[in-house]
Amino acid sequence: MSFSRSVSNTLFRHPNWFLVILLAPPLLWLGVAYLGSLSVFLFHAFFSIDEFSGFIKYELTLATFAELFRLSNFDVIIRSLVMATAVTLASVVIAFPFAYFAARYARGKWKALFYILVMLPLWSSYLVKVYAWKLILAKEGIISWLAGELHLTWALDALLAIPVIGGPSLSISFLGTFLVFVYVWLPFMILPTQAALERVPVSFIDASSDLGGTPAQTFRHVIFPLALPGIIAGSIFTFSLTLGDYIIPQIIGNSSYFLGQAVYSLQGTAGNIPLAAAFTVVPIVIMGFYLAIAKRMGAFDAL
Amino acid sequence: MATAVSFQKISRYFGPVRAVDDVTLDIAEGEFFAMLGPSGSGKTTCLRLIAGFEQPTSGHMEIFGVTSEGVPPYQRNVNTVFQDYALFPHMTVLDNVAYGLMVKGIDKPTRHRKALEALTLVALGSFGSRRPSQLSGGQRQRVALARALVNEPKVLLLDEPLGALDLKLREQMQVELKALQRNLGITFVFVTHDQGEALSMADRVAIFNDGRIVQVGSPEDIYERPNTKFVADFVGSSNVLSPAFSKAAGGPEKWASLRPEKIGILPARAKPSPGQQGASAKIIAAHYQGSVTRFNTRTANGEVINVTVPSSLGKFAEGDEIMLHWPKEALHIMAGEA
Repeated sequence: MSFSRSVSNTLFRHPNWFLVILLAPPLLWLGVAYLGSLSVFLFHAFFSIDEFSGFIKYELTLATFAELFRLSNFDVIIRSLVMATAVTLASVVIAFPFAYFAARYARGKWKALFYILVMLPLWSSYLVKVYAWKLILAKEGIISWLAGELHLTWALDALLAIPVIGGPSLSISFLGTFLVFVYVWLPFMILPTQAALERVPVSFIDASSDLGGTPAQTFRHVIFPLALPGIIAGSIFTFSLTLGDYIIPQIIGNSSYFLGQAVYSLQGTAGNIPLAAAFTVVPIVIMGFYLAIAKRMGAFDAL
Repeated sequence: MATAVSFQKISRYFGPVRAVDDVTLDIAEGEFFAMLGPSGSGKTTCLRLIAGFEQPTSGHMEIFGVTSEGVPPYQRNVNTVFQDYALFPHMTVLDNVAYGLMVKGIDKPTRHRKALEALTLVALGSFGSRRPSQLSGGQRQRVALARALVNEPKVLLLDEPLGALDLKLREQMQVELKALQRNLGITFVFVTHDQGEALSMADRVAIFNDGRIVQVGSPEDIYERPNTKFVADFVGSSNVLSPAFSKAAGGPEKWASLRPEKIGILPARAKPSPGQQGASAKIIAAHYQGSVTRFNTRTANGEVINVTVPSSLGKFAEGDEIMLHWPKEALHIMAGEA
């Protein structure tokens, strides 16, 4: 009897051993390397930094968390939250029709084309894409050139003149940051939405219209609720990726801080690990609330 | 009696495929009408044309005298029980049944009361708060029925509604559906590939093949007097006998149908009694099926004839030379060619 067969037979007689072998590597990785280091880091949020020496004081305190509510810090949280919400909503609006088309109508080579279109941006480097966008959005970039050619420069200027979200050019404004965020995270919204829509049988749509539901009612009462788990899954990606990203706002935008940048600079140059950890807790808490609300609203009922 | 559904030269093509090909048909009000045929014969497309999920490529269609081309499903007073039931998984059973009333803007207390009545009608009054996933196949089928009936449709369409049920439940539901249709007086149009279902429930049956209707008639008509080889073979697997055989038996030179259960078996060289016709044959195979035994036999001319006799009489075995006999009128000469 060969070695591999005797191993197979042993595992057949002891199915639990097989589960141990199957789960040990991911559990070790998730448990020790990932959750372990994350919790050690997060625990630092309960320490504080000595303002004079710059060393960490290893005494449990909530003072560091209190610092989050200082205006300059709280601003960062609100800005990130608003941006993540806006990016998520825009992603839903753009992704849904595309995902709906792919799930309901695309067949064969059209479906393959859909997957390629959605995945293609993910195959190239994220940094390259963001820099490419910087060129597109720049004052001398394609968009302002196109606006000029179409005699729409006034519209672009009006857009950029809007307080807070505008700026000297698209690449130096929140509007630009928003556009690039939506572009970069869109596939993460399209794919789960499409997967959820794919699982809605055509007969459900037929049934709704058979029972007297107009297309709008069918969308509202049948298609949307059944797609909601997919949309929520996608929004978890777009929302949390936006909250944590520190590269896009650094390259495109008006150099105001977002959460990710705050954590990045606090743990690096500033050396304020406790405050960086406290900032890190913020998106985790926000996502916790978000999921709880989504569950309460019945977003996962159709799972 | 008024005409509930009228097809006038209706065709529906999908690209080069003629799913429904020049069908003309009238379904009377209050009728239990079955559309019977093999898969791909166009019967389900006909049902979907009535529901409005499909539009005819050509021809004219009326539902209770109202032209139905271009009328969307949500504006037709027709409801469907789907093959997979299509119950909404994110709603309770009660909300599923109340759905049709909800989209019509009927207030919650009224629609829930009516939905409960409909559920009670199908003996599921206490299941309203459950989810469809918590029900058995038979219960889901009843919920789908209640969900359609609560809208008081003028025509109820049923797309192979019993297909997913086990044999015993299917027989029970056949009885219940028939009783329900009698009590409500609604026109039922029922699609099935199961000839037993069609024959036992329907007032009239249309046999579909290749997108066309090959015969319409009462179950007795269809079973006893098939007009084509296809109908004879498809409904009850009749013996289709060659024109030469018919001629030898004293009839015209046309295809004939002879039901397996009309044939008796005598020992070889026995003489059929007066009024009976006979043919000598040899038993190729015997299949014991409980109450009956099915024999495959072959005559001297190579005609294959299947015979079903009560097992209590079955003292014959494979290889035996025998004499087949049947009442003269049992040999039905078919008018159609194909």
